[in-house]
Amino acid sequence: MILPWIVLFLIIVGLLAWLSARLGSNWPRWISLAGLVVHLVFLLTLWLRGNNLIVISGQGPWIARYNQAWIPQFGISISLGLDGLSLLLLVLTDVLGIMAVVCSWKAIENNLGFFHFNLMWILASISGVFLALDLFLFYFFWELMLVPLYFLIGIWGHENRVYATLKFFIFTQASGLLMLLGILGLYFIHGSNTGAYTFDYFQLLGTSMPSGTAVWLMLGLFMAFAVKLPVIPLHTWLPDAHTQAPTAGSVYLAGLVLKVGAYGMLRFLVPLFPQAAHQLAPFAMALGILGILYGAVVAYGQTDLKRMVAYTSVSHMGFVIIGIFAWNTLSLQGALIVMLAHGISTGALFILVGDLDERIHSRNIQKMGGLWETVPVLSGTALFFAVASLGLPGLANFVGEFLVLLGAYQVNITVAVLATLGFIVWTVYALWLIQRAFHGPNTHAWKLPDLSGREIAVYAILIAIVFWIGLFPQTIINTAQPALDALQKSGTVTQVSLLPATQSQAAAHPVNRPLGKELP
Amino acid sequence: MTSLQVFALLPLIILMAGIVVILVVTAFYRSHPLAAGLTLLTLLLSFLSAVSASGGPPVQVSSLLVMDHYALFYIGLIVAASFFVALISYGYLKIHSENREEFYILLLTATFGSAVLVSSTHFASFFLGLEILSVSLYALIAYQRLDPHNIEAGLKYLILAGASAAFLLFGMALVYAATGAMEFDQIVTTLAGSNSGVSAIELIGLAMLIVGIGFKLAFVPFHMWTADVYQGAPAPVTAFVATVSKGGMFALLLRLFHNTNFQSYGSPLFVVFAVISIASMLSGNLLALLQNNVKRILAYSSISHLGYLLVPFLIVGQGATISITFYLVSYFITTLGAFGVVAVLSDGRADADNLEQYRGLLWDRPWLAAIFTVALFSLAGIPLTAGFIGKFFLIAAGVGSSDWLLVILLVLASAIGLFYYLRIVVIMYLRPQDEISANLRLSSVPWAGAVALAVLVILLIGIGVYPSPLIRMIQIMAASLG
Repeated sequence: MILPWIVLFLIIVGLLAWLSARLGSNWPRWISLAGLVVHLVFLLTLWLRGNNLIVISGQGPWIARYNQAWIPQFGISISLGLDGLSLLLLVLTDVLGIMAVVCSWKAIENNLGFFHFNLMWILASISGVFLALDLFLFYFFWELMLVPLYFLIGIWGHENRVYATLKFFIFTQASGLLMLLGILGLYFIHGSNTGAYTFDYFQLLGTSMPSGTAVWLMLGLFMAFAVKLPVIPLHTWLPDAHTQAPTAGSVYLAGLVLKVGAYGMLRFLVPLFPQAAHQLAPFAMALGILGILYGAVVAYGQTDLKRMVAYTSVSHMGFVIIGIFAWNTLSLQGALIVMLAHGISTGALFILVGDLDERIHSRNIQKMGGLWETVPVLSGTALFFAVASLGLPGLANFVGEFLVLLGAYQVNITVAVLATLGFIVWTVYALWLIQRAFHGPNTHAWKLPDLSGREIAVYAILIAIVFWIGLFPQTIINTAQPALDALQKSGTVTQVSLLPATQSQAAAHPVNRPLGKELP
Repeated sequence: MTSLQVFALLPLIILMAGIVVILVVTAFYRSHPLAAGLTLLTLLLSFLSAVSASGGPPVQVSSLLVMDHYALFYIGLIVAASFFVALISYGYLKIHSENREEFYILLLTATFGSAVLVSSTHFASFFLGLEILSVSLYALIAYQRLDPHNIEAGLKYLILAGASAAFLLFGMALVYAATGAMEFDQIVTTLAGSNSGVSAIELIGLAMLIVGIGFKLAFVPFHMWTADVYQGAPAPVTAFVATVSKGGMFALLLRLFHNTNFQSYGSPLFVVFAVISIASMLSGNLLALLQNNVKRILAYSSISHLGYLLVPFLIVGQGATISITFYLVSYFITTLGAFGVVAVLSDGRADADNLEQYRGLLWDRPWLAAIFTVALFSLAGIPLTAGFIGKFFLIAAGVGSSDWLLVILLVLASAIGLFYYLRIVVIMYLRPQDEISANLRLSSVPWAGAVALAVLVILLIGIGVYPSPLIRMIQIMAASLG
């Protein structure tokens, strides 16, 4: 019974925040913040308590499960499940949710009630996506997420917001409908095979179908996930939406919405269509490499700081897609850690750009320069997150990217080598950013207030998390490992004989290998 | 006529009685609240009698009408929709018109015509129902006789509906000549039973029938009247045309063809309906992109929605009936909500249909803007609204029968549709720039309209979140059609 409340709680907090706007402008802020802190504490207690997994045969290890008929006529149920993977992503959701509320404390002045309502509902629907184990329910939350995001960007966004929201909405909606086609195709094939028409994830796993059909249905799902992730030719909504969104919206988009695409691939795409996914793997990894290089190079050419950070997201998510499609223990661990680390570090970069924008009322890097002398704390923080983002060892991103490379190396050496180039181009854009914005002479003679206590608190928490993931990644991996193992099993089990030699070796590697032991 | 038949016909009889009562009362004592109250009472009683009659077995009343679950469900739907139209009209007529009482009489006769359509099993009752509906609509559309837009719309509708009725009659005659039958069941069995396929006369007859029906439903290429009539007619009447008139006709179309096997791709009927469906989905949505008038946008959007409905229509069987009926219910609620907002916003001079008038509505009239947003999201098929589940049903039906071309075009068309639904939403959420619309914002919302909109929006979200009970009702109803 706890699982529906994880979603419902946020929905209720959102409604309360909206209604409380009549009482005064600080009410929605405090209600949202308090609600999210309670939510986060609850999730953390679940995490700390977490070793008693319920292992349901054929369903993997779960921390909690919930099942309730919703539309029984069509085999639709409210089926929710929490495992280590979902839990980590939910914690990320709450952390970024809190950061978004705090960083909007001063920046958003009008319609506070509705603003916080939207913030909470985005979090609620994202939580729903991370918990849903019924494909219809998953699609429901997937689409629901768009509406509050649309309002968030469309009402509180920057100058070109109407164009950006329209593009964002149509990209995601159209690709979502393609996913619906894929889900429905699976539903009917499963129904005609077994006579049981259901959207239940576990029953749909292992549905047998002609490989041609599987490829088409899988592509339907892939389109939706690839738009969100984003994968290269489908990424064009992202720079616009990120740039035009208010800071909180950018944090959500980069930190959470992109993760939803990766989560969909991990949880649904590969396990439901293992064979087709393996056929797609070379193309997907090639697109991942393209994304890594293209995103970084284009980021380098941007003068709008927000746009620049947005393009780096395209680049970093390339590693996630490589990690997912390499589909072995190391690469999946890596993909998960990249997801978490990127959520935190890119979220922080967007908050930084937002704070700068509040001070100099511009996101244009040409209006900056020499800011270190007037805002040293802010600049130092920016340097920290820039080097975290470029993959400095000891910080969060490095661990994830390193694991992805290790995993990819086992599958395809060329992919690993080309992906490594990402580290070089990232160094270029990250240092370029620091040099142009913060170093050098203060040509515009800015005299700015440095970070306030509220802002320092935000960054301190995020910096602590980056160090934590970077130095003690095993705590994260331990939580996620049972879930990743179960996913990996359902994604590969029937495929071993069909894989090329290197891949089947990778799949046959012992799972549960602790990090750092018997590495190749 | 047995007492059982009388009881079964009660929903129609109550409507008739209500019309007579209001006619008589109005002749002696003109009172707007009284006429509106009697209308609402009639519709309520008719609705209740349809609900209570739905417990029994199907009753065939002569060869003209059948009162089965299917008919009773649609009568209930139509009567409920008219109830909301009447509520919305009350505030609208208060500002707009001088002779208000006759409006309700026409509304009831039109409702009656539509109710006859959904229960007819015979060409004669089909045509009678259609004409009762159409003739009432001529007057309703041109109701404000001093408004040139109303007159223009009424005339257009009169001429085109007259022509299409002629097509329909000729088609009926040809089908009768070829099959020797006027009852739907017999026609379909004769068509299906003939070994040599469908003969040329039958085909021409059916084509003419489809023209007549297609006009009423505003399928492309019979859609020319739609935008002008939607724009010209008073907003509550537009809501009526979009829901009761089209819904009744679609229910009849479904009953007429529900046993016909379209599934063979070569069959001419399949091709005809598939082409109509594709043309309606695409051109409805594409033409809507070019409009700057809310009523015209909704008109083109309704063309595309009727095109969507043809996707499951091409599958025979209960699955199709369920999908179509569910979608129609959600479409009824959504459309009534959308036009309800337009009607409530309209002042004494003209309907609030210019897109610019909606600029910044959220900040002046947050509740109305929220309701309109929910209605537009429902039309676009966004979750938490009935339209989402409805669209899901349509796509599911199409995928289930592997009509991939139609389904993919449906997806494409609804992606195009997003542009103009969101355009209206965006405009409502912009900051108002000038005072174009200031006068809209001063008048208060009439209570009847407010109640109607509140109930509609609760239904929209309720069905969107918990559709199970409605689906159960529709399943029972679809089973009666066989």
